[in-house]
Amino acid sequence: MLRLSHELYLQMVAHCISGLPDEACGVLAGDPDSGAVARCYPTRNAAASARVYTVDSKDLLWADRDAERQGTQLIGVFHSHTHTDAYPSPTDVTQAPDPAWHYVVVSLRDTHPVVRSYRIAGGAVEEESVVVLGHAAVAVAV
Amino acid sequence: MAVAVAVDVRLPTLLRAQAGGKSTVTVKGATIGDVLAELVAEFPAMSGQLLNADGTLHRFVNVYVNDDDVRYLEALETPVKDGDEVSLLPAVAGG
Repeated sequence: MLRLSHELYLQMVAHCISGLPDEACGVLAGDPDSGAVARCYPTRNAAASARVYTVDSKDLLWADRDAERQGTQLIGVFHSHTHTDAYPSPTDVTQAPDPAWHYVVVSLRDTHPVVRSYRIAGGAVEEESVVVLGHAAVAVAV
Repeated sequence: MAVAVAVDVRLPTLLRAQAGGKSTVTVKGATIGDVLAELVAEFPAMSGQLLNADGTLHRFVNVYVNDDDVRYLEALETPVKDGDEVSLLPAVAGG
């Protein structure tokens, strides 16, 4: 299960939208046991492509060091799919380095962004739930 | 002629199990190539994750000397000097 605040959720989605027309990416730091995200690090897409992404290596090092300073660690990565489903592509699966990580895909194909998260181990993809905490209730006037 | 020095290597979570749980190990070398060869000699289980069969740097690992990615320096030929910190991280990419 991936748990994150509404603010972090928006930060992640906003970074994906701002990366259009290219794919955007970033890494997530938090608690590896509970899957609670403490911080979101938007990074540059070194591939600068609408089809693939590579987390910029300097941004990755900076995020890793910062997470360690904050007493957390990197626990996952997010990236956008600009024209496809929020499901890991074959490239995502073969390049997923860490079975303990959360792999978040943000699909921008439809009007509303779709955010889904997966664990990827030994080529097997398993979806997990994404819990957005503290989502402010919206009053609807009838 | 480069001189071999002892440098600290920060390991990512993914490689710590292969180094007895340690997050930092100290190895000797004059270049990044030496440092990685020394690491593999000490922890053979890491070899496939660091280097290709032909001895070049594996594309799924990022190696840094201090703040710089060695791919933008001289790759395995990048020299290390006393006090440098080497960091390894999994390269994060997909489609």
